[in-house]
Amino acid sequence: MATELNEPEAINLERLGAAWRAAAAPLTRRLVVCAGTGCVANGALAVHAALKVALEQAGIRVVLELRTETPGTPCPAAAGTPAARLSVSGCHGFCQMGPLVTVLPEHLLYTGVKPGDAGEIVAALAGGQPVDRLLYRADAAAAPCRGPGDIPFYSRQARTVLAGCGELDPEDIREYIAGGGYRAAHQALTAMTPEAVCAELLASGLRGRGGGGFPTGRKWELTRKQPGARKIIICNGDEGDPGAFMDRSVMEGNPHRVLEGMLIAARAIGAGEGVVYVRAEYPLAVKRVRQAVADATALGILGPHALGTDHAFTVTVMEGAGAFVCGEETALIASIEGKRGMPTPKPPFPAESGLWGCPTVINNVETLASVPLVLAGGAAAFRTLGTAGSPGTKTFALTGHVRNTGLIEVPFGTTLRHIVFDVGGGVTDSTGAADPAGFKAVQIGGPSGGCLTPDHLDLPLDFDSLKTVGAMVGSGGLVVMNRQTCMVNVARFFMQFTQNESCGKCVPCREGTKQLLAMLDDIIEGRADAGILERLEKLARVVQLSSLCGLGKTAPNPVLSTLRHFRKEYEEHVLHKHCATGQCKALRKPEILAAKCVGCTACVRKCPVAAIHGERKKPHRIDPALCIRCGACATACKFNAITGV
Amino acid sequence: MNTASSMKGSRQFDAACAILDRFGRDPARLIPILQALQEEYRYLPGELLAYVATALGLPPARVYGVATFYAHFTLEPRGKYVIRLCDGTACHVKNSIPILEALRQRLGLTAERKTTPDLLFTVETVSCLGACGLAPVVVINDQVHGQVTPERAVALVEEIIAREKPAAA
Repeated sequence: MATELNEPEAINLERLGAAWRAAAAPLTRRLVVCAGTGCVANGALAVHAALKVALEQAGIRVVLELRTETPGTPCPAAAGTPAARLSVSGCHGFCQMGPLVTVLPEHLLYTGVKPGDAGEIVAALAGGQPVDRLLYRADAAAAPCRGPGDIPFYSRQARTVLAGCGELDPEDIREYIAGGGYRAAHQALTAMTPEAVCAELLASGLRGRGGGGFPTGRKWELTRKQPGARKIIICNGDEGDPGAFMDRSVMEGNPHRVLEGMLIAARAIGAGEGVVYVRAEYPLAVKRVRQAVADATALGILGPHALGTDHAFTVTVMEGAGAFVCGEETALIASIEGKRGMPTPKPPFPAESGLWGCPTVINNVETLASVPLVLAGGAAAFRTLGTAGSPGTKTFALTGHVRNTGLIEVPFGTTLRHIVFDVGGGVTDSTGAADPAGFKAVQIGGPSGGCLTPDHLDLPLDFDSLKTVGAMVGSGGLVVMNRQTCMVNVARFFMQFTQNESCGKCVPCREGTKQLLAMLDDIIEGRADAGILERLEKLARVVQLSSLCGLGKTAPNPVLSTLRHFRKEYEEHVLHKHCATGQCKALRKPEILAAKCVGCTACVRKCPVAAIHGERKKPHRIDPALCIRCGACATACKFNAITGV
Repeated sequence: MNTASSMKGSRQFDAACAILDRFGRDPARLIPILQALQEEYRYLPGELLAYVATALGLPPARVYGVATFYAHFTLEPRGKYVIRLCDGTACHVKNSIPILEALRQRLGLTAERKTTPDLLFTVETVSCLGACGLAPVVVINDQVHGQVTPERAVALVEEIIAREKPAAA
């Protein structure tokens, strides 16, 4: 290792990459088990262990870790015995289909793999015919798909930030280097001035992927110009939006890409230190990032002589402690400083005075993961995907009532229709069955965002177009909602979340979100008066305008957006005390259909509040004054005689 | 790992001292210190917070303020098995609440009373675990369970009870 540090860096990266490729080349047979959080939850590690055993039993030598410390020495695998590399990867994004196993070099993708399938998978390696039942099928009658190239979920995406997640071993820094990793950072450190790096990012048009959409190059340039010897780059991995897991997947699947982005940012602004702040709810991401930092430091890529240059860049990793507000940059800074995560007014912006009062750049994980791509390919190439105002791609977490839930990446400008129907495979009902006419809305941007309706299906998604319809890209959470979803209930769900997470510092957010929630509760529980919608809107706008930070400013968005697009639903709740979808329990009106009721009294016995009366063998009646709408009667009725529950 | 009962006695803060030293007794690192302490003691007892304040040269109110601000910190003992139910958007839309109700009913817990008297289980909700592709999700200690139903959740609890208290099962 000492020798590596003293030698000129270009040769160093080349040598490491070449050594890895030399070790990997003889091992054309490779099985990659997805070990993202989702697949691990579904038993991926047991699959990995079973495959190891099955390979050994078939007389195939299993290589779990490529040994490359002694470059030039041929890998023992070349000795003639059949060998296979067995490794893990980060999240493919298709979690519901997991555990996922990729077989190379054929690029087969097996889905729903159980440990018991290992024997068959190994046996099929020799024969050339894949294990048919483990291949992906759109539905039972469809033809099987051999690999990602055939699967519409993947083939209709443009995976650039996510390239590598799914094949690359996130715990093998040498594989990252062999694929060209850290070259862009090396170029930035040795062949470009800080001004030039900033200019290239500005020319690329890359905008922050965390939700703000602020041009990355401009943020860097503003910070670069600040006086002061100590500057800091922070990676914001506090992905708190419920329903979003893009950053998690990048941190788990390709942590070195993020670190490389940080290194380039450090060069751009003149920072000597970096912090990666990861939510504690992502233990695997924390582990992978920590290991990546340790591996990069051991190789001299990070440290007092980053990549063998005179520039120092050390990175520390900090875990969050469960506060959504810490995704806001000034609250995040307060958290790193050991304080309560309460935002501070801006100006001063972190670029001027951030962590420890030093000029600081805070960038989102996906933004940083895009940076090496910009430098490697150049600004012009980056602009070929996406729209003029929003170049590049965006990862989205597509969830909810959609056939294919998972992590996707598409160019900006892609329509909602393409995402929901082509990539997502269409809308489902609450049982999971396809419901082609079931699309009601998509919530985009999480608790800070708004909803999009069938009217917006052909809207090209980018930062600016969404603003015009009262929505925002946000971090990338996309929750599809079918027609059994009550939009008032959705607004209330998000308001409860933001109210709970409000830090309490400023009056508009602390008191305002509480009152907004109380009003929504009144609406949902049938207590609202006719004037409430006007008051709701007015207060929502006050909170938007006068809150201290982004949490408060955007907390009313779901309310305002659903009011704009689904006002009739609100009015039904308020004026007629009626919820058309039946989701609002308090507004249900259970009724016994006299035509179907045989008077068996099963419901009478189940009712916890004795609200049902009648004579035996005669149709019964529910007393609405006593009924608590628990639904026990409907469950008990064998004659389908009870409706409205 | 110490349990609450080992807080008595003169050696009660040995582990705490070791943790404080590991972080250089740096007040700026209060949050990682509290995280490590909670990992060790399973919760943050009041007297420990006062001790930490003294050790770091911070006002006790400051330490208490940080400990109560962040959702991860708990000043009350938690169960041996912490069941976190995800109520993030994707899980909520896939009916996470019936799972919560089933768990609470089985264990006799409420929104206020989150831990069983025998300190075996704690049931709490989390806003998003990032496993949305597998909604609805329940995490028991560090094990993630996806596509859970109320029946499956209760079955998981029964399995744990059978293991921990064979006589009672």
